[in-house]
Amino acid sequence: MYSYDHYDQAMVDARVEEFRDQARRRLEGKLTEDQFKPLRLMNGLYLQLHAYMLRVAIPYGTLNSRQMHALGDIADKYDRGYGHFTTRQNLQYNWIKLEDAADILADLAKVEMHAIQTSGNCIRNISSDHFAGAAADELVDPRPYAELMRQWSSFHPEFTYLPRKFKIAVIAAEKDRAAMRLHDIGIQIVQNEAGELGARFYVGGGMGRTPMIAPMIRNFVPLDQLITYAEACLRVYNRYGRRDNKYKARIKILVHELGKDEYTRQVEEEFAHLLSQGIEPPLAELERIRTHFADPAFEDGTKQVDRSDPDFAVWVDRNTHRHKHDSYVSAVISLKPVGGIPGDATGEQIRIMARLAKQYSFDELRIMHTQNVVLPHVKIADLHALWTELETAGLGAPNMDTIEDMIACPGLDYCALANARSIPLAQRISERFDASDKTARLGELKMKISGCINACGHHHAGHIGILGVDKKGTENYQLSLGGSEAEDTSLAKITGPGFTEDGVIEAVDKVTDVYLEQRQGEERFLDTYRRIGMEPFKEALYGA
Amino acid sequence: MGHDLGTSPDDVQFRFRDDEVVDHGTVTVDACCDQTNATAVRIEPGDDARVLLPYLDRIALVEVNFPSFGDGRGYSAARILREAGYTGELRAVGDVLIDQLSHMRRCGFDAFAPDKRLDEEDAARAFATWDNVYQRTVDGRRTIQELRHE
Repeated sequence: MYSYDHYDQAMVDARVEEFRDQARRRLEGKLTEDQFKPLRLMNGLYLQLHAYMLRVAIPYGTLNSRQMHALGDIADKYDRGYGHFTTRQNLQYNWIKLEDAADILADLAKVEMHAIQTSGNCIRNISSDHFAGAAADELVDPRPYAELMRQWSSFHPEFTYLPRKFKIAVIAAEKDRAAMRLHDIGIQIVQNEAGELGARFYVGGGMGRTPMIAPMIRNFVPLDQLITYAEACLRVYNRYGRRDNKYKARIKILVHELGKDEYTRQVEEEFAHLLSQGIEPPLAELERIRTHFADPAFEDGTKQVDRSDPDFAVWVDRNTHRHKHDSYVSAVISLKPVGGIPGDATGEQIRIMARLAKQYSFDELRIMHTQNVVLPHVKIADLHALWTELETAGLGAPNMDTIEDMIACPGLDYCALANARSIPLAQRISERFDASDKTARLGELKMKISGCINACGHHHAGHIGILGVDKKGTENYQLSLGGSEAEDTSLAKITGPGFTEDGVIEAVDKVTDVYLEQRQGEERFLDTYRRIGMEPFKEALYGA
Repeated sequence: MGHDLGTSPDDVQFRFRDDEVVDHGTVTVDACCDQTNATAVRIEPGDDARVLLPYLDRIALVEVNFPSFGDGRGYSAARILREAGYTGELRAVGDVLIDQLSHMRRCGFDAFAPDKRLDEEDAARAFATWDNVYQRTVDGRRTIQELRHE
C-alpha cells in the first residue's frame, strides 16, 4: 500500500502546524467562531450535540496495522474507548475535547494519518472499492488513481471554498462496491478497444435531500489527462454551482439545472483550455504510485475450505469474498453484532484487528462503506484460525449483506443535525431478525437507516431504507423500498405514510414477509420488488 | 469615472510587485468592456472573468472582490486571468483573512487589500505555509510530483 515520502510527510506536518496556529488565533480572539468554523471543519473537527467529533481520513479505505493500532490507542487515550467507522470509509471519534485536537492530529501524523478535508466545502477523502487489489473481478487496482487524486485534491488552492462538499469515488470493476454513481464525481477505470486504460467520468450523483444518480459525461479520459479533466469538472462547478441556497449547492443540482449536455459542453471547453496549461502530473508519478500497490508475495496453498465446523462454514459463506489468487480470500469482519451499534469498535477490538491483519493479511486492512472491516488477503489455510480469533473478540458475526448488516448514521444520539434516532432502531431490528432466524432466509438484503434528510445512512440506496423525521415533536420513520448503490444503481421509493418506532419495525417485518411469499427462484428482495412493484408491499402495509 | 468603485492604494496591505501602484479608480466588468480607457477593473463573485480577456493589454489592475471569505469563485477568476497571460496587478479585496492568503497567492494574486488590516506576523507565517505543493497552478512553483521525477 502507499507510504509517504518526505514530501507527503512534510505536507501533513505543515497542516498540523497550521491548525495549531489557527486554534491559537481562535483562543486569542483573532478569529471569530464564524471564521474558525470552516477551518476546523477542513481539519475534520465538528461540534456535535454533546462534544466535538473528530473524523479521521482513511484514504480509499486502506490502512496498515500500525495505523489501525494507533486508531485504537487514540480511542482509549482521547475518546471514551470507541471508534466509529463511517460510510465514507473513515473513522470518527465522538467524544473529543477541543484542546486535545491538535495533539490527536500530531499523533495521527506520526503514523502517516490525518483528518484533512474530512469535512468542509472542499474535496473530501476519496473513496474506493474495499476489495481493491484483491478482488477476482477487477480490471486493475483502482487505488493508484485514487492516490493520485488524493495528492491533487489535498490543499487545492482553487477548490478549498467550493459551493458545497465534494465527494469522489474511484472503482475499477464492473461490480460497483463503492456506490460510485452516488458521488459528486464517480470514476470507473476502464479499458478501450486498443487495450489502453482510461477513466470513465460520472458527474452529479448524490444522496441527501435530493438524491440523484450521476450521468456519464465522458466515456474515456486517457490516464495522462485524468487530473486535468477532474480539474475542469471542478472549475465549472466552482464558478457556476449555486451559492444562494446551501440545499441546492451540490454539483448534482448544477448538472441537473444546466442539463447533462450543457454541463458536459462547459467541462469539455474548460478541459481543452486546461490541457494547454500543462497542469497534469507527470505520468511517471502514476507509475511510482503503482509500485506502492504491487501485489504482496502470494503463495500457493490450500484452495478448499474445510467446512466440517458448521458455524465456521456459515461465516465463510457470508463473510468472505473471492480473491484473485485462488489460495486466498478477502475476509469481512462484521462490526454489526446483534444488538450492537453499527460501525462501532472498541479500542481493544481495533488493536485486535490490527494484530490479525499483521498476522493473516500482509499487514493490510480496508474499511468498507458499509461500516465493516476487511482483511483483504487471507490464506484459505489460515481462515479457521482467523475466524476462531474473531469469534473470541466478538467480531465474528456472520451477517455480511444480510438485514443485520445495516448501515445506520449516528442519528439523534450524537448528531446535531438529526431528527430521529437511528442506532436504537438498528439494534432492535437486528435483535428481532436474529431471534426469529429470519435473517438467513432473507439472504442478501441491504437495509440502510438515516436519522434525517441528509441521508448519511444512505437510505435512498437501501433495498429497504428508513428515514427518521420529526413529526410534530415525535420521531417518525418513513419506509422506502427498491434502492441500490451497486452497479444497478436505483433510488428507493417511499411506501406511504410513516410509522412510529415500533410501527416501522413491524413494517419491515411485513415487507420481508411479502418477499418470502412472492420470491421466485434465487431472487433477492430487490429483484422481487423490481418484478412485482410497490403495490403488493403497500397492500401488506396499509391494506384494510 | 462615474463607476469608480476603487480601493485606494493605501488600503493595500501586502504587495508582491515592484511597479507603481495603480491609483486609478476601478470600474465594473461591464463598464470596462465599454470604456476603452479603463485600466482598472473590479470583479464581483458572479462576474465571468473571461469577458475581460480581449482587454488584458490595457488593464493594469484587476481587483477581485471577496464579499465573504467562504465564496471561492474569486480563486477561479484569478487563475483564469493569469492562465490567459495577464501580468498586471491582481488584487484580492474584501473579506480577505489570514487563512486564505496562501491559496490566493497560489492562484495568482499579488496584492491584498483586506477590509480589516491583518496581523503582519500571522500573515507572514500564512504566506509561507507550504514549503512544497501538490498542484500546478499559475505561481510557477514546481510541484512535488515534478520534483520526485527530476
